[in-house]
Amino acid sequence: MKKQLFELRVNGRSHELAIEPNRLLLDALRLDLQLTGSKRGCDDSSCGACAVLVDGTPMLSCTMLAASCEGQEITTVEGVSEHGALAAIQKAYGDWGGAQCGFCTPGFMMTVKHLLATNPNPTDPEIRDALSSNLCRCTGYSQMYEAIKAAIQAEQKGMAART
Amino acid sequence: MTTFSIIGKPIAMVDAAGKTTGAGKYTDDLSLPGMLTGKILHSPHPHARIKRIDASRAEKLDGVVAVVVGSDAPNPYGILPVGHDEHALAVDKVRYVGDNVACVAAEDEATAERALELINVEYELLPAYFDPEESMKAERDLIHDNKPHNVEKDYHHVFGDPDKGLAEADHIEEARFIANEVTHAAMEPHSTLATFDIDSQTGKPGRLTVWSSTQVPYYLQHKLSLVLEMPMSQIRVIKPLVGGGFGGKSEVIPLEIISAVAARKAQRPVKITYTREEVFWAHRGRPRTIIDLKTGVKNDGRITAVKARVVQDGGGYCSYGVVTILYSGALLGALYDIPTIQYDGFRVLTNKPACGAMRGHGTVNVRFAFESQLDELAAKLNIDSAEIRRRNLLQAPCITVNGLRVQSYGLPECIDKVVDRSRWKERKGKLPRGRGLGVACSHYVSGAANSIIRSDMPHSTVNIKIDRDGGVVVYTGASEIGQGSDTMTAQIAAEVLGCSLGRVKVVAADTDLTPIDIGSYSSRVTFMAGNATLRAAEAVKKQIAAAASKKMNCDLVDLVFRDDAVRRSNGISTGHVGTDALARPAEGAPSFSRSLREGGDVDSSSPTVSGRVEGQILRGSLQQKRKEDDAPKTSMSFEEAVVAAIDFHGALTGTGSYAPPPEARGGKHKGGGVGPSPAYSYSAQVAEVSVDEDTGEVTVHKVWAAHDCGRALNPVAVEGQVIGSVWMGMGQALTEEMIWKDGLLMNPGLLEYRSPSSVESPEVEAIIVESIDPEGPFGAKECSEGALAATIPAIANAIYDAVGIRLHESPFTPERVLAALRAKKNAKPLNLTEGVDPTSPTTFREHGGALWFKGKGPERHEGSVGRAPSPASGEQ
Ligand code: FES
Ligand code: FES
Repeated sequence: MKKQLFELRVNGRSHELAIEPNRLLLDALRLDLQLTGSKRGCDDSSCGACAVLVDGTPMLSCTMLAASCEGQEITTVEGVSEHGALAAIQKAYGDWGGAQCGFCTPGFMMTVKHLLATNPNPTDPEIRDALSSNLCRCTGYSQMYEAIKAAIQAEQKGMAART
Repeated sequence: MTTFSIIGKPIAMVDAAGKTTGAGKYTDDLSLPGMLTGKILHSPHPHARIKRIDASRAEKLDGVVAVVVGSDAPNPYGILPVGHDEHALAVDKVRYVGDNVACVAAEDEATAERALELINVEYELLPAYFDPEESMKAERDLIHDNKPHNVEKDYHHVFGDPDKGLAEADHIEEARFIANEVTHAAMEPHSTLATFDIDSQTGKPGRLTVWSSTQVPYYLQHKLSLVLEMPMSQIRVIKPLVGGGFGGKSEVIPLEIISAVAARKAQRPVKITYTREEVFWAHRGRPRTIIDLKTGVKNDGRITAVKARVVQDGGGYCSYGVVTILYSGALLGALYDIPTIQYDGFRVLTNKPACGAMRGHGTVNVRFAFESQLDELAAKLNIDSAEIRRRNLLQAPCITVNGLRVQSYGLPECIDKVVDRSRWKERKGKLPRGRGLGVACSHYVSGAANSIIRSDMPHSTVNIKIDRDGGVVVYTGASEIGQGSDTMTAQIAAEVLGCSLGRVKVVAADTDLTPIDIGSYSSRVTFMAGNATLRAAEAVKKQIAAAASKKMNCDLVDLVFRDDAVRRSNGISTGHVGTDALARPAEGAPSFSRSLREGGDVDSSSPTVSGRVEGQILRGSLQQKRKEDDAPKTSMSFEEAVVAAIDFHGALTGTGSYAPPPEARGGKHKGGGVGPSPAYSYSAQVAEVSVDEDTGEVTVHKVWAAHDCGRALNPVAVEGQVIGSVWMGMGQALTEEMIWKDGLLMNPGLLEYRSPSSVESPEVEAIIVESIDPEGPFGAKECSEGALAATIPAIANAIYDAVGIRLHESPFTPERVLAALRAKKNAKPLNLTEGVDPTSPTTFREHGGALWFKGKGPERHEGSVGRAPSPASGEQ
């Protein structure tokens, strides 16, 4: 297949890419843009390790064409840190054991970011539901719940301090 | 009582930020200029002789740089010295669907895949063996010519007089248990990047560097040297971040050798990353195990004898098989006091991917059988199921009938804790119908006392170097795979040296830089590499202390290393006692609560020392200090002490190593080398489940898991390991199962394999029990595997409590639960999958996995074993 030029906006920057129209978004990110944070954990869109936000919605970049994302805002795990510092959820995952081997973590970061953006105070079942789009083989998920709650608290404290 | 500044505190993993930001690099994230992509051609047949391979068309394809086949590297290898039965690529035969036949190295993945289709392989099909009990009857067409009846290895052990034991028993229970095959399915698919330097004399490929997702870099280095016929010193193995292992990366996986062979031929760097489907074929998981178990007890519940006959479906190669079958027998001991044991173990070859080591290696399936049977006996004798376990406790310290030395034994406390927390006494047997509680116990080694390669070499060695600015670098061969190895190493070094965690940098698992460590498996790292770190740190500390005592004009014993300073204690232990109290609010509380964790956190990121900026070269300030310095001081900052030591000794380095003591190495019987460990962890669990009697669906609501880890060096990490083990056990208990048809895996995807998601995962309450082992580093033992085995029988026993059925085959799927429920009511068995039996599908999941489309993936093996011919492939 012949390469064509596409423009992708990733983490707030535009990139012009010469890629095949059938290039998967995950490959474009990992191979063409060297954004290796997003992972490939499966062949059949079952694991969520490749999740990125496309216009704020978590999508599996392993089953999406890069070309179809033109004009949309893509956020990868590399774009989660805020002003050069860890986002609350990143720190909390570290502190609370939400990441063991860390291979699933980038995907979870995107899922949780979306969860908290749409539902800043989720209940326990809501958290479980939201996380069920991603698989983890290390943690049994429990410490992730703690981390998410800690992140929400930290965010709220931070907000209180700012206002 | 000693108090610690860093040990015992919940500490974030030292590499956490790399994982949460995406900055951390796993093998597949690495690339090199000129790097090629390698793709492997797999066998479509379960058992066949290779007559001819013609790769000429593939070689001519534009973009293909090299094609390698078996004859490019024909030396055999295998993880065990007794099991060198694998080749990088098949030389004469293929032994399972998915076996490795050829590899293409090409400019990109698409080209490599196209090239695979151009390789012509002519096979002569052989009858294949899929069922271990059938396979044991084989007379011809053996899987390996030197293994009669396809038996890889059998062991027959008798300890005490089990026949007499059974004769004395008041009750005997006997049954067959089957645990179906499961696999690790670590989230990171295996990946290896290999590159050769060009030799400056010959211009030929010289030194080899390999980055690989491995738990055992030194074993990989050794096997590469065997296959490639290169000295180990010419091979450098580097382990980047590893995305989970669970044993699946604890031996040399074919792609690790193949990528090096391909890189040598292509004279370019080659990276191979498995697809998820290939990960399932590479497997090395927990074998399907058939356990015929017989237990005798007295009326008071005391066990008199255990007889077990175990058959493991090992797959096409030895892998860790000989060790697995030994663990199954050896760890019948060391949990309870069992006076007599007979064990007959058979490791059998079949034409399926090789099974190997998986979390709880060898012990899990037998533990399921044993703990279920003990529960049945308790019910017969009308003894509470927690109580019957208490009545069979060991009197530690002791040596078991099969030669295992037990020193620290927290099992009684584990049982008490879970009984208490689950409100067992009030609730057991009293929950509404359909809901129940079950208890079970398990244990595991803290590393094997005997290495798989027999030698007197230490199992772990660690070097420490300290620089003039007080930066501590720890060089360890131990492999971080997500379990927290690097963090544990940093914690121990910092605790011993009395410095903050932020000063410690861990350089790990790089065979050129780090001293040898046999790897991350059998839960050995904390115990063994931890002890080596402790000793290395003590060695450097001694040098610092010598210099500091001169400066402070005091005895060595009066020095206290703490809070980034070296102080004279002189009985007036000022300051730091107070800080201790502050830094250790969790004193006496084995677990910790959220508020404690927030309040009492150790700040690992700000090692500010007497107001100075970390990392500055301190010559100026030191010169100034020296002037004031003539009078002996009562304390020195860590840097000052370090500088003094370097001035005094030259360089400041230290080495420590660990080898298990001879007393811990077990009995002298054949196979007695497997099972002994310097220390065992203990676990007791209560599971609460409900069973839907209409659908057969089992839901686990909560698991209380008490685990004796000796000392919890890092409670947050220990709890994470315990929860993860319980969760993985629950997966094996309820959903996970590899389903085969004619040697073809029908569910090679994470969804079809049914790895539980968050909505299927119960709450796990991890309860830490600290028995303080006399030989563990700060008393620590293992915590990453031992809990897994108890979960499966705890759930099985809870199902019995809920609906009164005993399940003897795992996983406890709705089909099996319903079948048992109907059998109990004497109702006719219901065949839910009639005509679509998952083991012989015609319409059900015809494609097995996701990637089975035309021209790709294995073809169906055609009727060589007299089964009905499979339906035509390629139909969508
Ligand atoms: S890589 Fe698994 S869902 Fe995308
Ligand atoms: S942390 Fe390893 S897979 Fe989730």
